Amino acid sequence: MGVSESPAVEVEDLRMAYGATVAVDRLSLTVDRGTITAVLGPNGAGKTTTLETCEGYRAAQSGSVRVLGFDPQRQRRDLLPRIGVMLQDGGAWSGVRAVEMLRHVAALHANPLEVPMLVDRLGLASCGRTPYRRLSGGQQQRLKLALAVVGRPELVFVDEPTAGMDPQARRTTWELLQELRTDGVTVVLTTHYMDEAERLADRVHVIDHGRMVASGRPEELTRSGTSTIKLVVTEPFPPTAPASLQAALGAGTEVQAVGAHSLLITGPADAGTLAKVSAWCEENGVLPESLTLGQRTLEDVFLQLTGRELAP
Amino acid sequence: MPGAAPLPRMVAAQARMETRLLLRNGEQVLLAVVIPLIVLVGGIEAARHFDLTERPAVDVLTPGVLALAVMSTSFTSLAIATGFERRYGVLKRLGSSPLPRAGLLAGKVGSLLVVEALQVLVIGTVAAFLGWQPKPSGVVGAVLCVLLGTGAFASLGLFLAGALRAEATLAVANLVYLLLLAAGAVVLPAEAYGGAADVVSLLPSGALGAGMRDALLDGGLPVVPLLVLAAWTAVGTALTARTFTWE
Repeated sequence: MGVSESPAVEVEDLRMAYGATVAVDRLSLTVDRGTITAVLGPNGAGKTTTLETCEGYRAAQSGSVRVLGFDPQRQRRDLLPRIGVMLQDGGAWSGVRAVEMLRHVAALHANPLEVPMLVDRLGLASCGRTPYRRLSGGQQQRLKLALAVVGRPELVFVDEPTAGMDPQARRTTWELLQELRTDGVTVVLTTHYMDEAERLADRVHVIDHGRMVASGRPEELTRSGTSTIKLVVTEPFPPTAPASLQAALGAGTEVQAVGAHSLLITGPADAGTLAKVSAWCEENGVLPESLTLGQRTLEDVFLQLTGRELAP
Repeated sequence: MPGAAPLPRMVAAQARMETRLLLRNGEQVLLAVVIPLIVLVGGIEAARHFDLTERPAVDVLTPGVLALAVMSTSFTSLAIATGFERRYGVLKRLGSSPLPRAGLLAGKVGSLLVVEALQVLVIGTVAAFLGWQPKPSGVVGAVLCVLLGTGAFASLGLFLAGALRAEATLAVANLVYLLLLAAGAVVLPAEAYGGAADVVSLLPSGALGAGMRDALLDGGLPVVPLLVLAAWTAVGTALTARTFTWE
């Protein structure tokens, strides 16, 4: 029927508005089957709206959305058994015990995963009889992840899966998502953590103000191996500073202002470049607060594309 | 392979889950059993002093107390529980599960009927010890009243939970329960309300109370109250179908 050959997710020209606020602005993206795809962007970028449209919670106002070849609204009953959803704000009864909730959702599926295995895998055994309202934030997140995967979905949508988790739980979650991919499950995750996207994703879609600002493999986006120098100064620099520093450094480097106090220099981070940056500071009476050398990261990509910090 | 469980299995799972959660909640049990029993025992005591009817007070009061119990579960408990399910995102969570909306509602109704059966068992046992002798020929009529009364109150309760925030639902559902207990002709017959008798017997509470009394006290099939309850069920279902959402 062609459904199994279609991409996991096809969003075309999606536009969603709440009153006068445009949440998603003519967004198009494709998710290939069997991949982990990260939708990256700051809070309010339109990530959750896009995901919830794919999950059938809201109808596309214009444009189209297909998930596993299905229309998420009109073919909801065909689609829902095939996908797993981890909502950012969806929860459980306040008095339900963790394992009880997991068993319940398992019972709604024809062929669920074994609950004890999943409990063990996600470290929920110690809190299995704890009412949901008494679980820690991280435990609630892990339970929500378990609820998303218990039905053996072909595709899981996970919205900010590691928000509020400690480092150990984050690693466990990442491993689980990677295992899902190994088993052929498609994973779509939203995150505003750069390291999560860089480490997990086969493909990253960077969204800001409801628009796609960049899309590609993480190493393509960061042009892996490209080094950066970040210069932070004590006083706001004049508007002419980026151009003046660019002129001082010459071709082969790229200078971009990030906010009023820092400049991001992409190019060879060698002694020569550093010397030129120091000389420029001295000539222009600029007092450096810090000068950081590093590899270009998705964080830098985001800063360069939007001029804003990603972290909330 | 992923897939949905067969619908009857999903509905049964949902009904089991909701029943467990209802019974786990102390206030709900208070509302469901303790208050109706207080009304029953208190009513019998009061009747002893005032000698209201020629019939035994327990026979007159028990059908209405059962009606009150049905109302507390299918209206107040359901509305409050559903309001908080929406608040805590449970409905949203279930909205992405294979359970369809009709299955969720069927599960809720299933759990209401289980809880009501337990209420009838407890209240009926206590009433029997107090000398209650229901008319066996009225059992069919009483069961129909409980089913249609559940339909009417549950649809109205779901409408309330869909229309208001969780805290407001909690307040309004309890307030409506108290108002109907006092002025809704549930336990006392409509005739006790004087000039307002015609109005209160058209309320779902008045119809349920009258129907239970017609059936269990006189052994008849309460046609008019059943029609009134059916009409309320239709109204409540139409309102809920228009407004009920997962979020």
